[in-house]
Amino acid sequence: MEYSKGKLVSLVLLRFVVGWHFFYEGMVKVLNPSWTAKAYLLDSGGFAKPFFEWIALNPALLAINDFVNAWALALIGFFLLIGYWVRPVAVAGIALLALYYLSHPPFPGIEYLFPTDGSYFIVNKTLVELVALFVIFSFPTAHIVGIERVIKAISAKK
Amino acid sequence: MDQDNNTQFGKINRRDILKGLAALPAFGVLGYGLFRHFGDLKARTWQLPADIDSIIPKNVPMVAQGETIRLGIVGCGSRGLYLLKALGYLHPDRIDEYKEWANINKYWKEYMEEFMAQDNLNVKITAICDVFDRNAERAQETGANEYRNGTGGKMLDEPKRYRTFQELVASPEVDAVIISTPDHLHVPMVIEAARYGKHVYCEKPLSWTVEETFEVRKVVKESGIIFQLGHQGRQTDSYHVARSLINKDVIGKISLIEVCTNRNDPNGAWVYDIDPEANENNIDWKQFIGPAPWHDFNLERFFRWRCWWDYSTGLSGDLFTHEFDALNQILDLGIPHSAMASGGIYFFKDGRTVPDVLNMAFEYPERDFTLLYSATLASEKDRGKVIMGHDGYMRLGEALQVVADPKSTRYAEELQKGVIEPHQPIFSYVPGQDKVDAITSPTEKYFAARGLLYTFRNGKSYDTSHLHLREWLNFIRLNNGKQPSCDIDQSFEEAMTAHMGTISYNEGRRVYWDDASEKIV
Repeated sequence: MEYSKGKLVSLVLLRFVVGWHFFYEGMVKVLNPSWTAKAYLLDSGGFAKPFFEWIALNPALLAINDFVNAWALALIGFFLLIGYWVRPVAVAGIALLALYYLSHPPFPGIEYLFPTDGSYFIVNKTLVELVALFVIFSFPTAHIVGIERVIKAISAKK
Repeated sequence: MDQDNNTQFGKINRRDILKGLAALPAFGVLGYGLFRHFGDLKARTWQLPADIDSIIPKNVPMVAQGETIRLGIVGCGSRGLYLLKALGYLHPDRIDEYKEWANINKYWKEYMEEFMAQDNLNVKITAICDVFDRNAERAQETGANEYRNGTGGKMLDEPKRYRTFQELVASPEVDAVIISTPDHLHVPMVIEAARYGKHVYCEKPLSWTVEETFEVRKVVKESGIIFQLGHQGRQTDSYHVARSLINKDVIGKISLIEVCTNRNDPNGAWVYDIDPEANENNIDWKQFIGPAPWHDFNLERFFRWRCWWDYSTGLSGDLFTHEFDALNQILDLGIPHSAMASGGIYFFKDGRTVPDVLNMAFEYPERDFTLLYSATLASEKDRGKVIMGHDGYMRLGEALQVVADPKSTRYAEELQKGVIEPHQPIFSYVPGQDKVDAITSPTEKYFAARGLLYTFRNGKSYDTSHLHLREWLNFIRLNNGKQPSCDIDQSFEEAMTAHMGTISYNEGRRVYWDDASEKIV
């Protein structure tokens, strides 16, 4: 896919900032052995609340959830940043954000213990980032700016 | 052009490398960010005494081995039925109903799961006594439900109904008695049971008058029965943790303790429903009156007895005692030197004689602190349960928090260095979390502040009333000359303190406890 300079810059920037956010969120959790999503999951709301509470109250499931969540965030962020396997990790990122969204949907009538940093109705920042990943998925840039370009160049040589 | 830019990678040119590795500097910045993040986190981690983990309750005591204990239940209203549930007995109708609710509601699903999983205490309900026929019949049907079945399931023979508590405690079919009657009947029943050598679990408060408090202590001690007062807060994990923390002096010199009751609904103000089928023919009114002054049959007085001094001990005996017993357990308060109370009937002008707003100050000069109780039955504003020390305060609920005082001497250095933040918890304990977190993440702050999680041990939630009854039954079986946690001495302190507050309120003066002569003056 070819882009004008302006389009390319904006798309790569979008990939970078989303990747940055994922990577930092993930690494903070990976590096903190006492981190757990338990309270966050217990605070969930909406129709999927029983599912997230079930995870939170089952120690084995919670341990798996914490491990997968932290590493998935970090790895998705890592690949978005370096520009490799961008489309599959964008799909993984969309799936992960969809779960966050479903656990804390910003619907009227649902209250959470955790304060939010703004006012939301149906659309919140999680959903915005999810849609951003959809754009990243649809308009790949890693073959122009990213490790993918190097790998392609190497394989082209062979 | 391409040829010129060729590197040792052949077709890969400098542009490929630059654009391919564009993200590299980002990782440098992110690495710095993470380094800062964990550096700050480490600096803020404050180490509590090293052996702090040992104070977290972890296990539930086993059910002691021994013969089946045959129980008689005296007083089978809502509290009596609740205690039966805590023993493992629910009415089959209730089980059907709850199971139905459990299909559509997660709360009831968990409620039923917890009940079904509750340990078998190896007891048998052999005797029931209640002055209201409907209560007695309901309790008989409940007591037969040994196997926790719904209607149509296997039941035992129904426990026998005794018309009077005197007959019940005299029965050779009864080893131990649970008393959950109105306050004015507690002592006569405890004394009667003790005289027959029957072990007693009595609902709080211990007594209705000052005089009978001395007598019941004497009789219980002489009889050697195992006695437990129904303050199930004795089993609350966070109180155990609080006691250990106070012993480690984490909040410094205590000068003030503040406890409250804040309710704002008719049920909380003891305006209970009146059974439409209740009447003079199915209530033994004379037995209900017992030692109370005579009054003609009155359904309000029967069902809402807590509203009249004739049968009740008011806010002081009914609700302050919960707070007092929690603190007596944590701080070994004992009976205060003096009490001063004020209040009135300010909201529920329904003919009641007990106040709905009550403020009481108890002085402990030998300990150099005041215990303050403040209650209203017409506002739910939560004022918590707080022990205030020079170095910090401790807020108690299901969860527990210790917050450092900005002017603390003990933590002055840590406060100055920023290791401890003033007004932020330096310690929080949420039951169900095995480990203690001295960092206190925002998450835990929110949960701890709201006391959202209930009493957990070994990852399993427990009804504290179940644990409290279990402790009593274990001491009966162990029969080693020891008494359970809320024994007659603790109960005596509870009752006397509550009476001091009530007398002060009623007489409008400060009252004193003369320790030498054991008298309220």
